[in-house]
Amino acid sequence: MCLAVPARLIDCRGTKATADLHGNRVEISTVLIPPCKPGDWVLLHAGFAIQTLDEQEAQETWAIIKDLPKTGGKP
Amino acid sequence: MSTVILPRAEAQTKESLRRLRVAAKALSRPVKFMEVCGTHTMSAFRCGLHSLMPRNVTLLSGPGCPVCVTSQGDIDQLIELARDRAVTLCTYGDMLRVVGSEGSLEQCRAEGADVRVVYSSLDAVKLAAENPRREVVFAAVGFETTTPASAAAVIEANRLGLENFSILSTHKLIIPAMRALLESGDVQVDGFLCPGHVAVIIGAAVFEPIVQEYHRPCVIAGFEGPQIAAALARLTELVVEGRAALENLYSQAVTEEGNRAAQAIIEEVFMPADWQWRGLGKLKCSGLALRFAYARYDARTRFALGAPTGRETPGCRCGDVITGRATPIDCKLFATACTPVRALGPCMVSSEGTCQAWFKYHHLRTPKKVRAGSL
Repeated sequence: MCLAVPARLIDCRGTKATADLHGNRVEISTVLIPPCKPGDWVLLHAGFAIQTLDEQEAQETWAIIKDLPKTGGKP
Repeated sequence: MSTVILPRAEAQTKESLRRLRVAAKALSRPVKFMEVCGTHTMSAFRCGLHSLMPRNVTLLSGPGCPVCVTSQGDIDQLIELARDRAVTLCTYGDMLRVVGSEGSLEQCRAEGADVRVVYSSLDAVKLAAENPRREVVFAAVGFETTTPASAAAVIEANRLGLENFSILSTHKLIIPAMRALLESGDVQVDGFLCPGHVAVIIGAAVFEPIVQEYHRPCVIAGFEGPQIAAALARLTELVVEGRAALENLYSQAVTEEGNRAAQAIIEEVFMPADWQWRGLGKLKCSGLALRFAYARYDARTRFALGAPTGRETPGCRCGDVITGRATPIDCKLFATACTPVRALGPCMVSSEGTCQAWFKYHHLRTPKKVRAGSL
């Protein structure tokens, strides 16, 4: 339940934002993080951004998550 | 990008496992570490980490899966609410199939109850705003990672002046559970693999008392295989060095003080309460109840729910499994009467439960002589 995944913000409106979740666009709340701008990476949990992330770290996490099915697991 | 990253992750994992093996050889006795997060449980099993570990180092699953630690009485209260024809019960998907004393939320839904799976707590608030004639109740389940979302939902409902929204809080705190486990003395835990996303919210420093008062090393880690392997290597090295220390290997997301905005929103809406846990009993100040200022959003008061009681499924050992006292194969129901398709206990229901992880990734590969005993 505590799973959180990196997402990239593509539109910010006050404490709400649209995030790109590897191709899926989701409406999220940014009330828990400092003011952000499109292009920023965040850690997303249950519709809430809970932390801002460095782009390189976010990309590395996605690369490992994407690779999981090839090793027999589910993403 | 992944053509560069993945070989590096693989190299990091190999190096961590090498360090783990070297440190394990220097151990004077077998050690047991415990993770206290359902996401760690599933991730470690999924990437086959248990099969790569030295025989004298064991990773136990502790009380970290929110679905699994929710008491039978709390599940019964959710089911009681769902059966109320005036109620629309909103829940995260994890709770849907958990079996209470009589049935599950999924069965209630099949019988006509209005049970909705939501992705975010704010979806429940939106549903309440759009359906003023329905009583919308949100099942507020989870540890500190999930709690700010519930707090934000209550604040949003208050801002909108909603009269038909409430939550049933079973939110729990991880530190009291870790303390209770160590104080019970009946489980050997030589160090903790601490939950990365809980630490994002509460901050790394909160684990310091476990190190200072109980002299157990604590290592905070992320959730991918390479990160868990690195944490296990570090924990083993700390035991060999005879040092109880707190180390943060997830510094890209976890800070010393945590997410202050999230802590503030939790503090505004919730207050500590004595909460009942599966397997651990009632623990002092281990949960979060709504503060008096937000008491009108408390479903327990609004629907005059009685004190939770709850009847455990006969033979189910989930309580022992989530406290490390037993492994799933010690339970007679495991992989016989209790399977992911027809789960009897929450640890088999939950996609992060220890029993489901063992069933999917572990037990058929475990040698018979090991399956007959514990890990």
